[in-house]
Amino acid sequence: MKKFEYAQPKSIDEVFQYLEDPDSVIKSGGIDLLDLMKEDLIAPKRLVNIRSINQLSFVRENEDGTISIGPNVTLSELADNEIITKYFPALREAARLIATPQIRNAATIGGNLCQRSRCWYFRSIDFDCSRKGGSHCYALFGENKYHAVLGAKSGCAIVQPSGTAVALMSLNAVLVISNGKNEKQLDLNEFYVEPAQDITKETILENNELIVEIIIPKEMRNYKNRYIKLKEKQSYDWPLADVAVALKMNGIKCEEANVILGSAAPIPWKSKEAEFELKGNRITKELARKAGEASMEEAFPLAENKYKIRLFKIVVYRAICEAIGINPYT
Amino acid sequence: MPKNVELYVGLNDNLEKITSFIPDNEPKPWDGKDNLKYIGNRVPRIDGHLKTTGKAKYSFDIQLAGMLYGRILRSPYPSAIVKKIDYSKAAKYPGVKAIVLMSDDLPMQVRYAGQEILGIAADTINHANEAVKLIEIEYEKLEFVVDVDKARRPFSHVVHDSSVQRVTTEGDTEEEDEDYVKQTGNIRGPIIETKPEDISENDIDSLLDKCDIVHRATYKTQVQTHCALETHGVVAHWLDNDKLKVWASTQGTFSVREELAEYFNLPESNIQVITEFMGGGFGAKFGSGVYGVMAARLARKTNLPVRLMLDRKEEHLCVGNRPNSVQNYSIGTNKDGTLKAVKLIAYGTAGVGTGAGAGGPARGIYRPEMVYTSESDIFINAGPGAAFRAPGHPQGTFGFEQAIDETAYRVGIDPLEFRLINTTFDEVRQYELKRGAKKIGWNKRAKKANSDAGPIKRGLGVANSLWYYWYGRGHIVTIYILKDGSVQLLNGAQDIGGGITTILAMVVAEELCLKVEDINVKFGDTNLGQGPASGGSVTTASLTPAARKAAYAAKMKMFDIAAPLLNTEARNLSLSDGKIFITDEPNNSLTWNQVASKIEGSQITATGERIKDSRINGVRWWISGVQFADVSVDVETGDVKINKIVAVHDCGRPMDRLTLESQVHGGVIQGISYALYEDRILDRNTGIMVNPNLEQYKIAGSLDIPEIDCEIVDFNQSQNASGAVGIGEPATIPTSAAIANAIYNAIGVRVRELPMTPDRILNALYDRAGS
Ligand SMILES: Cc1cc2nc3c(=O)[nH]c(=O)nc-3n(C[C@H](O)[C@H](O)[C@H](O)COP(=O)(O)OP(=O)(O)OC[C@H]3O[C@@H](n4cnc5c(N)ncnc54)[C@H](O)[C@@H]3O)c2cc1C
Ligand code: SF4
Repeated sequence: MKKFEYAQPKSIDEVFQYLEDPDSVIKSGGIDLLDLMKEDLIAPKRLVNIRSINQLSFVRENEDGTISIGPNVTLSELADNEIITKYFPALREAARLIATPQIRNAATIGGNLCQRSRCWYFRSIDFDCSRKGGSHCYALFGENKYHAVLGAKSGCAIVQPSGTAVALMSLNAVLVISNGKNEKQLDLNEFYVEPAQDITKETILENNELIVEIIIPKEMRNYKNRYIKLKEKQSYDWPLADVAVALKMNGIKCEEANVILGSAAPIPWKSKEAEFELKGNRITKELARKAGEASMEEAFPLAENKYKIRLFKIVVYRAICEAIGINPYT
Repeated sequence: MPKNVELYVGLNDNLEKITSFIPDNEPKPWDGKDNLKYIGNRVPRIDGHLKTTGKAKYSFDIQLAGMLYGRILRSPYPSAIVKKIDYSKAAKYPGVKAIVLMSDDLPMQVRYAGQEILGIAADTINHANEAVKLIEIEYEKLEFVVDVDKARRPFSHVVHDSSVQRVTTEGDTEEEDEDYVKQTGNIRGPIIETKPEDISENDIDSLLDKCDIVHRATYKTQVQTHCALETHGVVAHWLDNDKLKVWASTQGTFSVREELAEYFNLPESNIQVITEFMGGGFGAKFGSGVYGVMAARLARKTNLPVRLMLDRKEEHLCVGNRPNSVQNYSIGTNKDGTLKAVKLIAYGTAGVGTGAGAGGPARGIYRPEMVYTSESDIFINAGPGAAFRAPGHPQGTFGFEQAIDETAYRVGIDPLEFRLINTTFDEVRQYELKRGAKKIGWNKRAKKANSDAGPIKRGLGVANSLWYYWYGRGHIVTIYILKDGSVQLLNGAQDIGGGITTILAMVVAEELCLKVEDINVKFGDTNLGQGPASGGSVTTASLTPAARKAAYAAKMKMFDIAAPLLNTEARNLSLSDGKIFITDEPNNSLTWNQVASKIEGSQITATGERIKDSRINGVRWWISGVQFADVSVDVETGDVKINKIVAVHDCGRPMDRLTLESQVHGGVIQGISYALYEDRILDRNTGIMVNPNLEQYKIAGSLDIPEIDCEIVDFNQSQNASGAVGIGEPATIPTSAAIANAIYNAIGVRVRELPMTPDRILNALYDRAGS
């Protein structure tokens, strides 16, 4: 690891001052950042530690009924939070199922949303792949058991790794992003970048930008929401398939449906096909199965990951059932 | 003059009286009627508090004045020629003190990604790491092969252009008796072994033709890397130009000494190897290793101590792995379930090395009329294999015990019953199978596979394991009794983690009627007397008889001192709880400390040597062991949940039941991890490992570990003073096969390839069946 400077700003304003040097990066829990630095994938001159800024750590119910989450809230705080537990079991579950207790105590939701791809070619200094400016994608014709089944045609088959992103997207979350001068609100939907747009980045975030708040709209409290994550092992494993659904129900009729697939595509994947099946219909087990099938209509598997299609169909089905209280196992 | 003793041997509830001759200087072996104070009970590790409080110092923790940090530069390519090395920039980098090439003769060929090219020493590890990046190397990349099946083809790239000799370590089980093994292309072998000897392939085939039922199938296992918590490495310190002191993370202090002496052409007595504590080895830590020699070379060049510890990536790439295997079985039986013929054609790869055999279980668990095994090593451009916890057996058992299970279903006999019918010669195994069946609730098992409604299916499975009774001879345990009555035990072997120091303290405390904590154990230092390398599960079986003998000899010396003081003869004396007394007059006694204070000079010194067992006839060359698995499989997602493992094992006379159960737990956990998760994945297009870490190379974590119900069966053989047999390796052997058989019982489909991940379960369920 190269030497670096460690900046400890005391206020949000100071963060932006430190970020003026383009070779600076924000460090929150540092879990992802340090992994990248240890493998020599990045070598920033300065880390700007935002962890000590308490103003970025909150979960609050606003007067207008929205719920705000500060980016520095750790995954364990999120999983234990009463408001989140009460209204957003999907988000709670997503946070709870990530990594290990030790990592969840350090990792923050801001960092979780911004973490980089876990593609093993990307994560190894031995492979100079397209995402790192190299000439080709090693995964498309290589070891792609954990890679994308959707949206990978554009030359990079990473899967979006963040579990909280999947849950938050199903909850129509909005990010508040600041660069010290301007603040903007952005649908989480528009935060992630597909390879076709820019293969070298996963989010639209610029180096000098800070996520200062994550907002969940008021009406989402009335959505029945669930998150399910399948993994090969139960201790600190990444998902093979994870799905969040949020359904606005009127009796057993579904008025609005959000179905988001994680680990399926380079971005959290909003399954319009599954949502279409659900919206305006009475939800039965059969319909939930149909939505699961629909979610994979456009799937384009690679040599080693066909099984993921089967997994997504089932997880979508189970998440829908569980969201509205039907037992999917009978 | 040998003495004749009466002994009670066998299973505890079925003891048989025998007589046996033992050497004059040995105590009567413990037998089935001896009820002992410590031995066979649960004694906490004497060094447990040091480990849990961080006071235990591992090689990694050794810090010497002026010490440098070593680093090895390795080939990133699986197959290349190193044409030019330019390290001028690195040599000038701050803190760099020395650079040493693996070979001064260039060009040099590298045959796997991770092969050593040079070593560098600097004042900090960071400087060493950064300096390595400045080294410029000109490689000529060559063709390579990393797939075992592609490597077998006659037109494949050939990894070794000259013949390769098998290199074995203390951990390898099977000796090769052939002087010459055929090598064609990348195929080395086959090595044929048969029972009875000298039958031909025709003989086994015609016997198979005559069998009522023949089951044929192919099973595959993956490459597993050792992943010990502490990585490989040493601290090397030259005390003089010709005296070397080394702290090594090793499971063989004496083999490290031997190899370093040979490399530097020094008498072994000039080298001291110390391993006070070590963080696991599993078979990959015999000998000094390239890194050990490199550290010593760098230390010699700089005249400063050098610490060179590998990182996690190097662990996966270069210092050993369990070879993979492809095992093709033909199992022939009669309609009544009598096993008649076993044929195995197997191959596998240990990378650029050898040792991929998997035929042990097929040759040893049952005794059919004929067994024929054919095993070949296939070379690929990958890091060499190494002995790994029961070399050959977890892979062989996964294949063989599944094939046996499949055969039982084909014959229409309960797979447990099938195993009982065919192992009547093995009284211990019979007991273990019945005991385990009771514990897992075998009678509640669904007779027909795939009988549960709903997507979550439950199943039970069983598998046998076989391991060997081995020990090493010539090892010396020394005991000092000091004038203040305190006791020291000395031996130079290392504690690989199994808890041997505690066990030796127990043996001595038992013989001297002291407390375990009264025995001060000095261990892990080649200056303390010859001890075994921890391979083949020999440590306990090699050292405990010597320790008991040494304690017995020390006791006799104490009796010699006490006898005149008590006006009697030594043979009339006895010992109990800190008192030496006249056997017939227990009140006529002296305390241990009173007698010790009369020691002439400063101490009593007594030694015990491990010689060959006093009892040989009727002693088993093998140990049995069975495991049962209870699993739930989600047939919609391929998710396997292990509900419970029952492990029933024997290992002669149990010493410390607590450390023994720890070994079984560890073995089962490693077995689960092997069954469901672990897999070294080499990129097919570049030959480079894609998961050389502990995140993407998946290992069972705490949430993946089920209830483990472990029972140790006492089997007294009184073959020597202690009667102990090792357990470290056998505990991991049958786990993956038991799980595979349980999965079949749950879902009605065989998963014949490891690891049994969701994709493989789903493929087995749907793709092959075509639904
Ligand atoms: C073994 C293991 C298993 C894991 N499994 C999972 C899993 O299953 N699912 C999952 O989702 N994650 C998983 N993770 C990833 C882990 O959750 C993330 O690495 C962690 O959440 C990152 O948070 P952090 O606070 O440590 O981020 P940091 O490492 O501090 O930062 C990560 C990135 O986010 C940027 N950043 C941080 N905060 C802000 C902000 N407020 N505004 C703008 N940019 C910011 C940083 O500049 C950096 O680029 C796993 C990690 C490990 C090591
Ligand atoms: S999937 Fe993307 S990150 Fe992975 S190798 Fe291909 S281009 Fe690189």
